[in-house]
Amino acid sequence: MNFRAVQAIYLFELARTWRTLMQSIVSPVISTSLYFVVFGGAIGSRITQIDGIDYGSFIVPGLIMLQLLTQSIANASFGIYFPKFTGTIYELLSAPVSYFEIVLGYVGAAATKSIILGLIILATAGLFVPIQIAHPIWMIAFLVLTSVTFSLFGFIIGIWADGFEKLQIIPLLVVTPLTFLGGTFYSINMLPPVWQTVTLFNPVVYLVSGFRWSFFGVADLNVGLSLTMTLAFLVLCLVIIAWIFKTGYQIKN
Amino acid sequence: MPPTISVANLSKTYASGFQALKGIDLEIRSGEIFALLGPNGAGKTTLISIICGIVSPSGGSVHVNGHDIITDYRTTRSLIGLVPQELPNNAFESVWDTVAFSRGLFGKPPNPAHIEKVLRDLSLWDKKDNRIMTLSGGMKRRVLIAKALSHEPRILFLDEPTAGVDVELRKDMWRIVRDLRDSGVTIILTTHYIEEAEEMADRIGVINNGELILVEDKSTLMHKLGKKQLILQLHHPLEKIPSALASRGLTLSDDAMELVYTYDTQGERTGITSLLAELNEAGIKFKDLSTTQSSLEQIFVSLVKRPS
Ligand SMILES: Nc1ncnc2c1ncn2[C@@H]1O[C@H](COP(=O)(O)OP(=O)(O)O)[C@@H](O)[C@H]1O
Ligand SMILES: [Mg+2]
Repeated sequence: MNFRAVQAIYLFELARTWRTLMQSIVSPVISTSLYFVVFGGAIGSRITQIDGIDYGSFIVPGLIMLQLLTQSIANASFGIYFPKFTGTIYELLSAPVSYFEIVLGYVGAAATKSIILGLIILATAGLFVPIQIAHPIWMIAFLVLTSVTFSLFGFIIGIWADGFEKLQIIPLLVVTPLTFLGGTFYSINMLPPVWQTVTLFNPVVYLVSGFRWSFFGVADLNVGLSLTMTLAFLVLCLVIIAWIFKTGYQIKN
Repeated sequence: MPPTISVANLSKTYASGFQALKGIDLEIRSGEIFALLGPNGAGKTTLISIICGIVSPSGGSVHVNGHDIITDYRTTRSLIGLVPQELPNNAFESVWDTVAFSRGLFGKPPNPAHIEKVLRDLSLWDKKDNRIMTLSGGMKRRVLIAKALSHEPRILFLDEPTAGVDVELRKDMWRIVRDLRDSGVTIILTTHYIEEAEEMADRIGVINNGELILVEDKSTLMHKLGKKQLILQLHHPLEKIPSALASRGLTLSDDAMELVYTYDTQGERTGITSLLAELNEAGIKFKDLSTTQSSLEQIFVSLVKRPS
């Protein structure tokens, strides 16, 4: 195991965050605050409670998930896309590193950023609404699991993309809609029955539901199901990455 | 001594169906400077990209110090430094950071003293905190060399090192290459500039259309294929070459003061002795004579043209 290489990639990627502090940390925090003002403040004054939870608090887990997903994908996809774009990937390919180590470095760094960001947003939320965490260990577990899974997913997108448009198209056309329809701002029990069923095909629903359970002890779906679905998506990403490296898809001629 | 790099029956067909390498066999000796000479599109970059791990081979094998580049890639890649042909216009990070990163990537413990030496050797020391994107093209090229040297490779690949490079860098580069060779580093460079191969290399391989046409010591190659010219400076201008000497293939310079005789150093006899006798008979007197050897360029052109 070439630990130094993993460390080099990991620190290099984290250093990139510092250089782009505005984009990586500040802007997600600002946009989350805006959600609080708009949804928590404006709508919350009308909805007041869902499942016995104040609306302002109710949306916290979903908002964190929203940022976790978008930032994990953005960070990890850009991290691996950029060397491909500039040509510096030659160095990665000619270095004595295994594919596993490359993934560990890039995905590890992207996930670390997301986890830190998630905690910062949680703290920011605490400034607006009271926060209670019923199952802290599970909260952290979902946070980490989601960050890792979607960083892997971002890594796949970064490898697949051969232009900046492709880099953005999946987050824009798939992930963002799924997140907004994933129960961030409402309980899926509030939907008409048909839509409740349709929603079950949205993987984000499981993430938000599980994460919310770790905060409030109540959820739309069984927490075991949430966990199973998240793990299933993690495994799927791992399988795709293994295939990518086995075939050299989009990285090696 | 076993070869440092041994390439056996290596072939590469790109996904497009284009066959860039056709059964290359090549051995690189320890400590030599080897020049891979060939026109654009010959397959030079493909060949070294395979050895370095950037491109997957379609067939054949490569061993570095006896280790297979695929099954034992960690060992082989640790030994190799690569200065690529394309200039990746990377990045926001500083010169120091990128060079230190390269060292880490190759699994070496941090060694600021070594990196400082590399940067100083490349006249990059005062730029160490500058962001790479702010550097000129020549400086970026120096950074690529520094990255390749950061992990103290035993084998260095330079792909078209002087393409589009200023004179100063060219000089620095050759000085560094010679220093590295003196410290035992094996160097493989690709070029389509013949002078470069001629100036630097111990051995030369000529590649064309994905085939290695020949591999030879530079001096042997020059000797073996080199044509020489004997130039005779005449006392008096000559109106025309006497018919007695017509079969010799002599040429007369424009000012009619020089006679040029081209002969093959490969031939059993050069024909010089008899030529001089015939000149004497014809009453042609000369005051001086000199010989010139044809350059690698001419050798190269004649090789590539030669149907194989
Ligand atoms: N990725 C690729 N896909 C298809 N053909 C390629 C690829 N890379 C290089 N080639 C072709 O292979 C041949 C050899 O290229 P290269 O090794 O770069 O030559 P050189 O370095 O000697 O100029 C060229 O004809 C080039 O067009
Ligand atoms: Mg080339």
